[in-house]
Amino acid sequence: MNAELLEQLKENVIQGRKTRDDIGIDEALNGTPGVVELIEEALAADVPVEEIIADGLTAGMEVVGEKFSTREYFIPDMLASADAVGAAMEILKPHLEAASVATKGKVVVATVKGDIHDIGKNIVAIMLRGAGYEVIDLGINVPEDAIVAAVRDEKPDFLGLSALLTTTMTEMPLVIAALEDAGLRECVNVIIGGAAVSEEYAEEIGADAFGADAFQAVRVTDDLQKVRC
Amino acid sequence: MPREGTLIEDPMRRLTGAQVDQIHDASIAILKEPGLLCFNKRAAEIFGESGAAVGPVSGAASPSWTVKLPEKLVTDSIAKAPSEITLGARKPENVLVMKGDEPRVYYITGSETNTWLDVAFEEYASTKDNTKKVSLAEFRPRRGTVADLCASAHVCEHLDTVDGYIRTVNIQDREINNKNKDVNKFFACLDNTTKHVMSGLTNLDQLDNVVRMAEFVAGGPEELKANPLISFITCLVKSPLQFVDDTTETFIEVCRRGLPIVVSSSPQAGTSAPIKEAGIMAQINAEVLAGIALGQLVNPGAPVLYGSVPVRARMDTLGDSYGSIETTQYNIDCVQMARFYNLPNYSTSGVCDPRIPGQQSTVERMFSNILMTLAGPQFLHCAFGLLDCNSIFCLLQAVLDDAHFAMMRHFLRAPRVDKAELELAMQQIAAAVDTPQKMFINYIRPVLRSGEISPPYPFEGDGEGDNVFALANERLQALLAKPVDHIDAATTARIFEEIPGILPGLNVYKGGIKS
Repeated sequence: MNAELLEQLKENVIQGRKTRDDIGIDEALNGTPGVVELIEEALAADVPVEEIIADGLTAGMEVVGEKFSTREYFIPDMLASADAVGAAMEILKPHLEAASVATKGKVVVATVKGDIHDIGKNIVAIMLRGAGYEVIDLGINVPEDAIVAAVRDEKPDFLGLSALLTTTMTEMPLVIAALEDAGLRECVNVIIGGAAVSEEYAEEIGADAFGADAFQAVRVTDDLQKVRC
Repeated sequence: MPREGTLIEDPMRRLTGAQVDQIHDASIAILKEPGLLCFNKRAAEIFGESGAAVGPVSGAASPSWTVKLPEKLVTDSIAKAPSEITLGARKPENVLVMKGDEPRVYYITGSETNTWLDVAFEEYASTKDNTKKVSLAEFRPRRGTVADLCASAHVCEHLDTVDGYIRTVNIQDREINNKNKDVNKFFACLDNTTKHVMSGLTNLDQLDNVVRMAEFVAGGPEELKANPLISFITCLVKSPLQFVDDTTETFIEVCRRGLPIVVSSSPQAGTSAPIKEAGIMAQINAEVLAGIALGQLVNPGAPVLYGSVPVRARMDTLGDSYGSIETTQYNIDCVQMARFYNLPNYSTSGVCDPRIPGQQSTVERMFSNILMTLAGPQFLHCAFGLLDCNSIFCLLQAVLDDAHFAMMRHFLRAPRVDKAELELAMQQIAAAVDTPQKMFINYIRPVLRSGEISPPYPFEGDGEGDNVFALANERLQALLAKPVDHIDAATTARIFEEIPGILPGLNVYKGGIKS
């Protein structure tokens, strides 16, 4: 019974169906429960949260990743699946805490001051949620003090900064300096991304990592160790 | 249902209506004076019996006649030429219907090349650092064979944008001679593609064998008339204004049998035609009109395509320069002239100058392919896979061409803008602006696999390197591995029994060709 439910959950992750109203790739699933409904069903059936995550959500995302690497899937497919997993993780959050299951961590993301471009940052946020991270999105054109305040208040493990423009990338070292001034730099991993920046720039300004795209952003986040103050 | 082709809503024009009229008048005047120099006696007689002023040329090495065509003879003949021509196919879904007033473009392969270009991939190491390696395509030319022709027809069967098939390679096997070449080339084509097959004829003596073979495949003489799955092309005109003896004879015989045929004229601006646009246009139009007139005098209503292959001379060698800008200009003009007469047009594009696939071949062929498609000829002989001014054929290039034509077809689809589409878009806009992220990504998936969104370039590599040739070769190998839709066993047996000269190795039901 549980196995069947988890298999359905995995299949709906693969299909990128968050709710029963969503249309995936397999038309036969139209109108059937999506990831959100199946998560509720699994919780009601007392399926252990670890099994839901491992055998349903993660197993589904692994298949999605394979399909993407073989060009069967495209970014919108990945995002639909990641979005569904993100919604599932939101539902599972209190259960994870209750069961004292360690989470992958919390990420604050923001597009820096002066920059209103956020497509890339939004995609990164969806992908991170899909990978099991809790994501707090501060939005666009975010000043240093707001970012520092979010790091102080939310205590994230990771801070993702995005800039598209060569004129706004210079905000990034200012944010890092502000974190240092506030005594928070050692408490958070800073990851930068966006069309204007590079690996070299990340090193130059003292960031901890650089993500060239949403996939690399997830990979480098996975690779970094959580830091806690 | 015939093949859809590519319908051009508003075809590109270069000439104004007045310029079209002026070219027509000049062509009519040319046919009156100086007229044609005709090396074919029957053609001279047919023209003479129909009111042309015909006189023998004295002192010429070969018998020849001057033929001066009165305007009425020409215009009456054009009026008899059909404005709609059907080119049949083994499969009904591959039939081509060409209407003189409908700019629906069909992409056709060809023409015949002597050289077949194989591709192989070799790995090279850097002389500075031999851990740095690169794989490069190497192209190796060789004489074409009947097996190559089979492979080419088979691959073109599976290339979606190929609407019809003109043989791509001259079969030069030791067993092939002038007597059996025609039956072998037509059989090799018909047996490996279900699309329409067009070819030139090497030996008029073989015309009846070729037609009988086609009748067997079509199901009988009447079936072949209704579904002419083969057609012919003849260069009866040698510019300027000369009717060649043997090709004119072939033309007359094909017209007599009522099978579709292209009147093809290929003057070269600068050598066999005036260098400037007005001059070559007046001349080529006169040459094609004279051919069409002859076809209608032989057999009123004979399905004859207005075939135009004008080209400009290279200034360095006086050879053909198909890659020149002017060549495409002349071709567009010819499409307009054919449309003026309400006749289906055979036109040319994609011919390029380099000898191997690469950047120059891509630029030159894409330039003319795009523009000629926009001009809206019905039959676009677009040189799939051809290189070196149509003297080399390379299957890899044909696979690349198919991908590029697919892009053009996608681009040329009619816009989908209507009330329902706009209402849906407005719902999406209202919903998206109401979300924190304000993105439309969720709406992509329903159209992602519907064919509405153009796919990525099919030969795009993963890294920074250009892997186009390697990826195109992967596709080529996959196409070659696909099953071939051969003529059925009973018909094949009948063909081999009754049509002399076909190589036994082509009979797939007797262990031929695949091995």
